[in-house]
Amino acid sequence: MKQLVILSGKGGTGKTSVAAAFAHLADADSLRAVLADADVDAANLELVLSPRVIEEHDFVGGSVAVIDPDLCNNCDTCIQVCRFDAISLSHHVDPIACDGCAACVYQCPTNAIRMEPQIAGRWFRSETRYGPLFHAALRPAQENSGKLVTLVKQQARLRALDENYPLVIVDGPPGIGCPVISAVSGADLALIVTEPTVAGIHDLERALQTTAHFRVPSFVCINKADVYPDGAAQIEAHCREHAIEIVGQIPFDPMVTEAMVNGAPVTAYRADAPASRALRAVWERVRARLENGQ
Amino acid sequence: MKIAVASGKGGTGKTTIATSLVLSLANVTPAPLFLDCDVEAPNAHLFLRPTFERRQEVGILIPRVDESKCTYCGKCAQVCQYHAIAVLGKKTLVFAQLCHGCGSCTLVCPERAISEVPDVMGVLEAGPARAGITFARGLLNIGEPMAVPVIRQLKKWIAPEPNQIVILDAPPGTSCPVVESVRGADFLLLVTEPTPFGLHDLRLAAQIARELKIPAGVVVNRDGIGDARVDAFCAAERLPILLRVPFDRALAEGIARGQTLVDIRPEYGARFRQIVAQIAHREVVR
Repeated sequence: MKQLVILSGKGGTGKTSVAAAFAHLADADSLRAVLADADVDAANLELVLSPRVIEEHDFVGGSVAVIDPDLCNNCDTCIQVCRFDAISLSHHVDPIACDGCAACVYQCPTNAIRMEPQIAGRWFRSETRYGPLFHAALRPAQENSGKLVTLVKQQARLRALDENYPLVIVDGPPGIGCPVISAVSGADLALIVTEPTVAGIHDLERALQTTAHFRVPSFVCINKADVYPDGAAQIEAHCREHAIEIVGQIPFDPMVTEAMVNGAPVTAYRADAPASRALRAVWERVRARLENGQ
Repeated sequence: MKIAVASGKGGTGKTTIATSLVLSLANVTPAPLFLDCDVEAPNAHLFLRPTFERRQEVGILIPRVDESKCTYCGKCAQVCQYHAIAVLGKKTLVFAQLCHGCGSCTLVCPERAISEVPDVMGVLEAGPARAGITFARGLLNIGEPMAVPVIRQLKKWIAPEPNQIVILDAPPGTSCPVVESVRGADFLLLVTEPTPFGLHDLRLAAQIARELKIPAGVVVNRDGIGDARVDAFCAAERLPILLRVPFDRALAEGIARGQTLVDIRPEYGARFRQIVAQIAHREVVR
């Protein structure tokens, strides 16, 4: 079983559109794949795969401190020990600022503080027309998105192992921090979707440094490649210098947005659109790399 | 006055709007302060081109155990909510990447065997940028999971002058790094695009504004692509749409090269100044 993670560094370069197209193309090639949406902050894969939810579960994230006003003697110890500025002068805990460290709980001389677990989101096991999908919805303003990413990926992996799926496709989050690290861990291959803009190139470099740090082999695909050909050339030069293969270029194509509005991967919505043809070529290369044991 | 620019979905144009907004205010005295809080993938410097004159490493304080005083009683491991410290036989181990720097272990150690040492997670950089803007950003080190401490310290590092307008460019998403970036802002400018992804993530970003009790308004970028559901959502939620930027390939090409919206279309400058005046006079209310 192989795990492919789709990343970008910069947000909005087209990770989810590529992941959705891959889900469709894998199915069309009769390659069974389990799908995982690891962008739990802003999960969008479900919007183009119209999943039927089979199971849903609460995700218990961290805990937050709660002060019992009847036991509190207003000594301010909690305020002094809190490094997250989460306790007000009137001894109320701001649940959004609270990091869940419980330092106040152990220091309170009157035992007035307890920790309460927070339901930070939900996670789902669904079926789509292209295969099973594991996804989640972190409540806005919550922590522990890395933990939820790990959970979603673990579930996808277990399903793949149980039922002999040869592939898990993980749609990753933007950035390079905790949820990305959780998305990258255990991956056999990372596909980094970039765009030829100054911002896209800058963040591609950081994404490549991150996958290199975790020793995950990476390939690059340039989305909206024709918007700024000089930028695309810079990406090619950078990748050549670092011996990273570019597995394809996808042209800017309004059909991608039209397909999204109609709730379908572009490759399924209009197979002959320029973006669809390019995505098919990218998919075939990625598939070959996965099968060659890369 | 602090205006934070956020979005939920990545790539909707936060940095384009934030940098154009700050450049539109270049003639205001004192010149505005710009904070790039997207420490995982900061991009605003590519458009505002600062000269960094100050630099500071940042991180958190993590425990260091003095083995000569440690009795391996395990109290530190019991109180640590992050499993960042463990006692294994006659060894107390600290896992720096799991530590949140709360200091709880130091406080409970009966032998006072724990001292705290800085663990570097990233760097803060500041200096003058285009049009006299004061620019500062944080940069998370590669492989480092926690963005929040870098953002928190960036916001404390440079105190705004009295009456200085502060523009904060937030990271994408809806979890802790976004909250840390926008906390304390007077207004939240939510940048979206009129697509199903844009709408889905705008809904979440609007919820953050509501939970943090920050007034918010919307910028519809790439207006004309997609569908009309973002407009319907904003009307139903009584979220004012403050600006629409039509999709235009020439704009996309200019931004790709490192130009801001007001570099390509200077006429937007007046509209940005008007938005800031409206926010300042609290004319924008949900």
